[in-house]
Amino acid sequence: MTQLKQDTPLTVAGRRFASRLLVGTGKYRDFDETAAAIEASGADVVTFAVRRSNLGQNPDEPNLLDVISPERYTLLPNTAGCYTAKDAVRTCRLARELLDGHNLVKLEVLGDEKTLYPNVTETLAAAETLVADGFDVMVYTSDDPIVAKELERRGCCAVMPLGSLIGSGNGLLNPATLALILEHAEVPVLVDAGIGTASDAALAMEMGCDGVLMNSAIAHARQPVLMAGAMRKAVEAGREAFLAERMPRRADASPSSPFAGRING
Amino acid sequence: MQIQLNGESRRLDGDSTLAQLIETLGLAGRRVAIEVNEEIVPRSQHAQTQLAEGDRVEIVHAIGGG
Repeated sequence: MTQLKQDTPLTVAGRRFASRLLVGTGKYRDFDETAAAIEASGADVVTFAVRRSNLGQNPDEPNLLDVISPERYTLLPNTAGCYTAKDAVRTCRLARELLDGHNLVKLEVLGDEKTLYPNVTETLAAAETLVADGFDVMVYTSDDPIVAKELERRGCCAVMPLGSLIGSGNGLLNPATLALILEHAEVPVLVDAGIGTASDAALAMEMGCDGVLMNSAIAHARQPVLMAGAMRKAVEAGREAFLAERMPRRADASPSSPFAGRING
Repeated sequence: MQIQLNGESRRLDGDSTLAQLIETLGLAGRRVAIEVNEEIVPRSQHAQTQLAEGDRVEIVHAIGGG
């Protein structure tokens, strides 16, 4: 018999997190809804984007970082919208300055606007530069086990394959390749992109993923705060099911009630 | 003096440090990060950083995203 699985906190680049659900901050109606949904999700790690400041228009308008406090959450700046390694590296350096030296980033280098599929060659190049520059790099990538391993070799602290296209809500379209990534990975594997509803998140966790990162699945639910709570439970349930190790499948039925002592016996 | 500020041309009256530009823009004390000619200028150096003709300045902040 192999040993029973014990839970340990999600640990990424030496940082320990109680929650295995990581959430984004885009697509919400307003900052109040953003804050309420993130609270309900129970997430410790919250990702955000970096963009040019609006100059000359309402310099007093509230800032996302006033709502998502760096004291309370581990902030994960991302390079969403970058299509080259160079832009992604610049964005990470700006983010590090923005957060006073905080060096944990989510790298994503995209291929085209229609699919937002990762550009793997640019992603590999950016990962190498960022790791050399002292960043802890959580990397969004395709669900290719070889690429995942190459990113790990370049020093990425977490590999984050897509379940399906960003913002599509199509869930895990290729669990078989995800299973291959999980089998060989020596760093945490998180599904990033494609989650549509709670069962998608639960499935990723049941398969043994270390975490799930999502944005649209919560923000674009009709009731985002309610969905945030559902996702928290789904990630916890999936994790516990993974640790518990599911029963073997069998072709025939197996009665749960004893055969003996039936009144028609 | 003409600079490129967040991708647009901007005229500055006379010499300016980065800190003065931030003040003029109403961004003093705001959580922003700044690049000049694709190099980060740390917050601690804004006051000493003199802008020059043709400098490309990027001022960014955090926004919602996934």
